[in-house]
Amino acid sequence: MAKNRVSATVNGDAVEFLCETQQTLLDVLRDELRLTGTKEGCGTGDCGACSVTVDGRLMCSCLMLGVEAQGKSIKTIEGMANGEALHPLQRKFLEHAALQCGVCTPGMLIAARSLLERNPDPTEQEVRYGLAGNLCRCTGYHKIVEAVLDAAREMRGA
Amino acid sequence: MSTMVKYEEKPLKIVGTRPIRPDGVDKVTGRARFAADYSLPGQLIGKVLRSPHAHARIKSVDTTAAQSLPGVKAVVTRDDFADMPSEFAAAGELTINFRDVTRNMMAREKVLYDGHPVAAVAAISESIAREALKLIKVEYEVLPHVIDVVEAMKPDAPLLHEEQFTDGVTPKPDKPSNIAKRLVFARGDLEAGFKQADIVVEREFNTKPVHQGYIEPQACLASASEDGQVELWTGTQGHFVFRAQCAKVLQMDVGKLRVVPTELGGGFGGKNNIYTEPLAIALSRKSHRPVKMVMTREEVFRATGPTSGANVKVKIGCTKDGRIIAAEAELNFQAGAFAGSSVGMACPCTFTRYDIDNVKVVGHDVTVNRPKVAAYRAPGAPIIVFGVESVIDELAKTLGIDPIEFRLKNAAKEGTQTYYGPKLGPIGYIETLNKAKAHPHYSAPLGLNQGRGIATGFWFNIGMETSSRLNVNEDGTVTLIMGTVDVAGGSRASMAMMVAEELGIAYDRVRPVIGDTTTLGFNFITAGSRGTFAGGMAAVLSARQAIERLRQRVAQIREVALEDVLWKDGSAVPAPGSAKQFTPMSLVEIARMAGKTGGSISGQSEINAQGAGPGFCTHIVDVEVDKQTGAVKILRYTIVQDVGKAIHPAYVEGQMQGAAVQGIGWSLNEEYFYGADGVLQNPGFLDYRVPVASDVPYIDTVIVEVPNPNHPYGVRGCGEVSIIPPIAAISNAINNAMGVRLRSQPMSPPVVLKALGEAAGGKSKG
Amino acid sequence: MARISLSNELKPYTGGETRLALEVTSVRQLFEVLGEQYPDLRPYLEAGIAVAIDGEIYQDALLQPIGGGSEVLLFTKIAGG
Repeated sequence: MAKNRVSATVNGDAVEFLCETQQTLLDVLRDELRLTGTKEGCGTGDCGACSVTVDGRLMCSCLMLGVEAQGKSIKTIEGMANGEALHPLQRKFLEHAALQCGVCTPGMLIAARSLLERNPDPTEQEVRYGLAGNLCRCTGYHKIVEAVLDAAREMRGA
Repeated sequence: MSTMVKYEEKPLKIVGTRPIRPDGVDKVTGRARFAADYSLPGQLIGKVLRSPHAHARIKSVDTTAAQSLPGVKAVVTRDDFADMPSEFAAAGELTINFRDVTRNMMAREKVLYDGHPVAAVAAISESIAREALKLIKVEYEVLPHVIDVVEAMKPDAPLLHEEQFTDGVTPKPDKPSNIAKRLVFARGDLEAGFKQADIVVEREFNTKPVHQGYIEPQACLASASEDGQVELWTGTQGHFVFRAQCAKVLQMDVGKLRVVPTELGGGFGGKNNIYTEPLAIALSRKSHRPVKMVMTREEVFRATGPTSGANVKVKIGCTKDGRIIAAEAELNFQAGAFAGSSVGMACPCTFTRYDIDNVKVVGHDVTVNRPKVAAYRAPGAPIIVFGVESVIDELAKTLGIDPIEFRLKNAAKEGTQTYYGPKLGPIGYIETLNKAKAHPHYSAPLGLNQGRGIATGFWFNIGMETSSRLNVNEDGTVTLIMGTVDVAGGSRASMAMMVAEELGIAYDRVRPVIGDTTTLGFNFITAGSRGTFAGGMAAVLSARQAIERLRQRVAQIREVALEDVLWKDGSAVPAPGSAKQFTPMSLVEIARMAGKTGGSISGQSEINAQGAGPGFCTHIVDVEVDKQTGAVKILRYTIVQDVGKAIHPAYVEGQMQGAAVQGIGWSLNEEYFYGADGVLQNPGFLDYRVPVASDVPYIDTVIVEVPNPNHPYGVRGCGEVSIIPPIAAISNAINNAMGVRLRSQPMSPPVVLKALGEAAGGKSKG
Repeated sequence: MARISLSNELKPYTGGETRLALEVTSVRQLFEVLGEQYPDLRPYLEAGIAVAIDGEIYQDALLQPIGGGSEVLLFTKIAGG
């Protein structure tokens, strides 16, 4: 099967990859670029475990083709921490016990970061609706919502 | 050794605090490796061809065209696996029969459900593997199927297994049946009991199968070598049990199979059994290449085990002052394609929250053309408790007694004789009821179309085989190797905390890891809320053995008797009152000298943990019903649960909250839809709707600690019991709000709307 | 003699018998004697029976001693998800 050559930026690094036309961005990230932090929970855009940002916009990477990444800037969980320093959301997820199995966590963190970029001071309800595209089966969401609100508070310097 | 370690009350420094889990940073940075994240050089991708029929005889399977497709390296069918005789083994929930295990992983004579595997291929890419599946020709003779449990129990129902005769019936039946087993639990004189009762309520309830809904689909990677050695990486709740099952169905030596448990992306009972693992190994053997198999979400829904759907009948009689005299229940549970539902667990859970003299519970395990059910968090109990706690609510309401008061009048306590076996030991049921009653939630005002419901749960919890090892490293840090998979609850943190407490060192000086099957003796699956109970007991015993050896070493070094050496706060110190004084040695100092004084120091334990303490809980829920749409909104939710001892309270709360929200999904949204053709119509998260963040409120938790006398820190296990009450609690709350009584699950908007309409037409009563 | 009772759900495999007095000193001996007396019970003894000895529950504990006057109850083994 003929493969397509694609150039993109992933977590700030210029990358080139070959992919089959039907391969999704998620397939490319995981299988071609070996960035396995982004998870596949459903492959149909229903669970949010594969959330990444593409040119700053929150996306399910399973709903986008690898070839569509041409020229785009993609950010994944692997690029969320700044060296030693975890992102405040990452830190608050740990402190609030907002994760259990950890499969939804990368997508949840990417979605939460995107939410706080759009709305730095969300209410509890806004957090719940903002993360409604990300399924978590372990936590019951209680501690995730607490962690996001606490991270937002810290990031606002409140 | 069957082991019971007694509880000792002592001042605690680490147990009961909230440190960060050792697997945490890897999970927030994407570094944690789940099964689908593993790859090997030269690996192939394996895919499964699945039955499109609910029930059909397989006349032929022709793989010639698939095998000749370029890039296809191996194909396996039923011909590649040996048949297995009937033989039972424990696998987390009930027992499994290897005759069925081998037929469930790859159909033999018949396909028994939509999604049943009929062949598997391994190819150099996923796209070629998928192409190859299309080239496999399977000739089916389609047979009539049966999906519903009540239908399947009828004598003229389509029969799944011609050789299945109902077990537990005397005389032995001479005609085969879909009823695999009949169970009867009884105590006292039921008829006399009901005669004494002033009021008797009898109701029937129906529930649909629901899936565990773990976000990580099953995945594995197998590598077989030419000398018969096999390595398997897989997401499992119990790698030793997976090793046993794979070795059995593949007829290989257990010692030749090494199973490495990867980080587990949720299980909830659904990852107790093998699915693609033996297929991947067989494909790897045939192709001489590593084979990776990852299920799609559709495959997870079509072919892995949900819990049973069921039909249950409950009859309870009580006196005017609210004392339950007699109780009877019939539980008809779907087992799926093969016998072995959770009905055997559900029967003893039916009434075991109450002290009742006259009880009879009859259970039926019924095969139907659906995927073989698997365990799901307190398997079976939520289904029957929905019925029982609804009837209790109705009785309390009829008598005008407060529902918590009614339960207190009948509550089980230490010494209560159960109808399934033993008397109960020290338990905290009454404590949960009293704390719930005193909670501000219970007396908070309610608005229009709002209602409050309560319900309670009981779960046994278990011990079982467990091994662990503790190595004191040369700098005094400690490596703790456990064989009980951390199924996400944070048991690695809890084990490290208990070990640090025992050794008297800091939590972050202990690194807990889950060892593969070559590192430790056998470990049973992490199920039955046993992880922190049994795993913790093994870890504590390993630490105590290491302490004993550390003391021995110090006695040798300091030239004193062993009894002169006491272990205190991470150091060997002179025992009080001992004649022989010596300079204390810290763990670090001993560890540094260990190599030159006889070698490194470790502790280990191999136990069969006994004495698990039952868990009880009481839930309070407020709902608001939308009269226009029938939608039920959860406004407020409070859980009061006895956990024995919360080693890490935040992770215990997480178990309680997670269980309750799974129960909320079960109550309001989740169900399987099958077409008339027996094909599953909603195999995806879009149409099988699990709760999202905006569906639920904060879940308030109250931890009750009535110590389990048979655990060094009093642990009971906390993972399961809180999934039991939600369905009943929510149904009771809907009744409190609107006066309608719903007796089927899910209580989805169309169902609620219909019930409200009927009530308005005067057809329903509460 | 230990006093042995079998939980009701095991009745079909013992021809209805639920109470026995047996001269046994361990769970292993008890299972052997019961297996000989009731062959239909044997598969359950192998895979699915728990015992309570004087109120304390044991599973997979063949070597557990049974004292002279002990009350022993056999019932279905317990597991979970």
